[in-house]
Amino acid sequence: MGRQVLVIEDEPNIAEAIKFILTRDGWRVATHPDGASAMAAVQRLQPDVLVLDLMLPGLSGLEVLRLIRAHPDLAELPVLMLTAKGQERDRQAAQQAGANLFMTKPFANAEMLSAVRGLAGL
Amino acid sequence: MPFNLLVLASLAYVIFLFLVAFAAERRAERGAVGWLRSPLIYTLSLSVYCTAWTFYGAVGYAARSGLEYMTIYLGPTLVFVGWWWVLRKLVRIGRQQRVTSIADLLSSRFGKSNLLGVIVTVISVLAATPYIALQLQSVTLSFGVFASATPDGWAKPDSDVTSIWVAAGLAAFTILFGTRNLDANEQHTGVVTAIAVEAIVKLVAVLAVGCFVVWGLADGPGDILARVDASQMAEWHMQPSRWTGLIFLSAAAVICLPRMFQVLVVENSDERHLATASWAFPLYLMAMSLFVVPIAVVGLELMPEGSNPDLFVLTLPLSQGQGGLAMLAFLGGFSSATSMVIIAAIALATMVSNHIVMPFWLRMRPARVVSGDVRRLVLLSRRLSIGAVLALGYAYFRLSGGSEALAAIGLISFVGVAQMLPAMIGGIFWRGATRVGAAIGLTLGVSVWFYALFLPSFGADAVISARMMAEGPFGISWLRPQALFGVDGMDPLIHALFWSMVLNTGAFCLGSILSFPGPVERVQGAAFVNVFDAEGTGPRGWSRGQADAEDLLVMTQRILGDDDSLGFFEAQARAQGKAGYLPDPTPDFIDRLERLLAGSVGAATAHAMISQLAGRAAVSVEDLMAVANEAAQIMEYSARLEEQQGELTRTARQLRDANEKLTQLSVQKDAFLSQISHELRTPMTSIRAFSEILTEGDLPAEMVAKYGGVIHAEAKRLTRLLDDLLDLSVLENGSVQLNLDLTNLRDMIDRAVAASSHTRPERAFTIHRDLTSEDMFLRTDSDRLTQVFINLISNARKYCTADAAELRIVVRHKAGRVTVDFIDNGTGIPKDKQDLIFEKFARLTDQTRAGGAGLGLAICREVMANLGGKIGYLPGQWGAAFRVTLPLRLEKAA
Repeated sequence: MGRQVLVIEDEPNIAEAIKFILTRDGWRVATHPDGASAMAAVQRLQPDVLVLDLMLPGLSGLEVLRLIRAHPDLAELPVLMLTAKGQERDRQAAQQAGANLFMTKPFANAEMLSAVRGLAGL
Repeated sequence: MPFNLLVLASLAYVIFLFLVAFAAERRAERGAVGWLRSPLIYTLSLSVYCTAWTFYGAVGYAARSGLEYMTIYLGPTLVFVGWWWVLRKLVRIGRQQRVTSIADLLSSRFGKSNLLGVIVTVISVLAATPYIALQLQSVTLSFGVFASATPDGWAKPDSDVTSIWVAAGLAAFTILFGTRNLDANEQHTGVVTAIAVEAIVKLVAVLAVGCFVVWGLADGPGDILARVDASQMAEWHMQPSRWTGLIFLSAAAVICLPRMFQVLVVENSDERHLATASWAFPLYLMAMSLFVVPIAVVGLELMPEGSNPDLFVLTLPLSQGQGGLAMLAFLGGFSSATSMVIIAAIALATMVSNHIVMPFWLRMRPARVVSGDVRRLVLLSRRLSIGAVLALGYAYFRLSGGSEALAAIGLISFVGVAQMLPAMIGGIFWRGATRVGAAIGLTLGVSVWFYALFLPSFGADAVISARMMAEGPFGISWLRPQALFGVDGMDPLIHALFWSMVLNTGAFCLGSILSFPGPVERVQGAAFVNVFDAEGTGPRGWSRGQADAEDLLVMTQRILGDDDSLGFFEAQARAQGKAGYLPDPTPDFIDRLERLLAGSVGAATAHAMISQLAGRAAVSVEDLMAVANEAAQIMEYSARLEEQQGELTRTARQLRDANEKLTQLSVQKDAFLSQISHELRTPMTSIRAFSEILTEGDLPAEMVAKYGGVIHAEAKRLTRLLDDLLDLSVLENGSVQLNLDLTNLRDMIDRAVAASSHTRPERAFTIHRDLTSEDMFLRTDSDRLTQVFINLISNARKYCTADAAELRIVVRHKAGRVTVDFIDNGTGIPKDKQDLIFEKFARLTDQTRAGGAGLGLAICREVMANLGGKIGYLPGQWGAAFRVTLPLRLEKAA
């Protein structure tokens, strides 16, 4: 019985790649393409690790993260923030909003795998 | 003279007039107004005062009543010589307030009240009806004269048939040239020019007949004087009351007649023309009246007993075998009649449509003013009104039997329109005049006129029984129509004039003193009475910010059409220091817009329409203070301050805009880099992840194929993005190589439609085009232009939200510039986003999946700048709309 990861990412190809990498490692992977309803998806799935893109339609990744951190049950949820912008400012903003880890696109597959494993405490 | 020849000649003459009007209209359209708007044409057009009544009737009048006919010329002469006092003020007010008719003037002055507009319109139509009948009668009679004079057995034409043909022909001519377009100024260059030509024809005709009579039939002026002494005319005695009354009457009529108001005020293009007309028009009148007495005297002498003196101008040359001269006289009379009917019909139709049809239509659909094409409605109602006015005239002609002396009918009309005089003069000289006073005065005056003069004019026992005439209604003797209040033995005309004017003026003054004017009325009153002091700084009635500029634009387009409205809005926005088509809805702007619309649909209607969008007109305390403040110096000083302040505000606004733009630019630069980074890294992420997956091997063949496909697609996306970026940077630097050639616009649109059909091919998508208007050759870079078209059509295919998506492509060509509009039927783009969409990476929705990086419109904008044109969002359409403007022939920059 593997652990659950939720990938919130609007680019279908990237979501598919992450899903493939993690599934091969034994994770159960769910994907969600939209920011506005992201919070509901998190509450429904109760994942062990959340992979969250910064630029999302509806609600930005930062705002989704703030909602998650404001929720008492989810305050401790490990979150990996992804961004394609790669500026230092974005990294700081993500940390302030409560991201556990920050990763710039494009990433190496191994890097992604180890980051998710590390967040799950494996 | 054969009757057929006569018909042919009149037809040829009408066609000639038609060509004159057409040529003048074409010339004016090309902007080459020149002499078309000169003092000479203006003065000649004023001669619509001289109708068939003057042309034929004056001689009859002289034969019956001696020199009394002179009064009809003396009144206008006095008014024109004294133009400085009344006419100048009327013209100035008319131009400043964009008055469309006399009904509009009164309604606008008295608080934009439509009630007054309706009253005045009804009076005008009632009063004009006998007058129009008179013109029909004179044309019919003159046809009859020729027919009966032919010895070789031409059957006398049926007068009913003749008159109905004449009425229908005049209606057609008037509709054709009077309602061709809904002009903001309500001026009709073509018609006015044709009228001026007719003025010359009638003058030449009268002079020719006169010379023939004086030197051909008599032995010069001396002989004529001797004959006058010998005739019964020498026995005639002047009646002072009738003279004064008639001079007053014709003076009033020359200002109040709707057709005179039309040529005098509405069609006036330059106030200075009035100075010329002030001496030239009396001169024209004098020339017209010069030979009246000689013709009358010689006619009475030579013509058989009992022949109609009204037709001497025609019958005298005819009886002497002067067929050609008679023909000229006939054309002169024909000119007099047609010019009057045409102008009167235009003036009355404007009133009916602006004060009766439009308000009624507005009341019927109070919710949304903007739906439906008001323009077509206004034009249609004018055309129908013209038909109706002529039909009324024809009906009166049939009813009254067409047998009375011409002059008598004309005077009845004069008394009717003179009822507007107190309200009009009071309105422009007396600030205390109120709507209540004007309404009561008008109603009372018209009632008296109707009862004491108009109804009895149908003849004994026609409408009012002979018994009632003699004993009064129900035997009340002081209500006898021609002896009101027991005043017996007065001339019926003077009697009606006297009582109607006394009661009218009395009620007007009393009502004005006893009632209290409303705020709008006060403001308008001050604007009218002080028209010369407060030039251009009219008080404003609108409060800021309630109206939406786009709603106003949509409404204006329904009335004035797209081009004029967009032009006006763009100019106003520029004056405020803003780019684009939408100015801020400041009180000043709304006020200007209201006046512009008033020029087309009248003050009351324009006011009502804007009220629906802008909320009620609020007259602020400051406005009232400004109105109350009589000290011209303070006004002037504050006007100057205001002007300076306006200038400062504009500069400040431009500075603020510039500053904002600079700040935005720096923010944009950061955002742009960040955006590029994002747009490049996103496809790269997929490519890297999947290529790593593929390198690791161990995958089923179909997965390999699928992931290979992803890599391929993302690589393509990357390339496209790089292409766009490079394209954009080349375009922005202006270092782009343009390949100019001559290409047909239709081919380019064809290519663009075909190329964009790959975008969302599964969607039903209809494109409406007008192939003939697209058929023109442009000298431009056809590939680049097609690229812009492809972009716009693809965008419509992608983003148009309608279920059955449609795109309209409209091409127009004007003065070397070509505009191509792309208008879809979706929800359009919200106003705050309309400027944004042309920025790089601007995507309104978060649907990144729609493809493209958001550079399309930015590229279009740069392409158009390179092609010497522009692309902009076109507000005020139903869906999203883009307008591409470019020169027909692009010259290569040296």
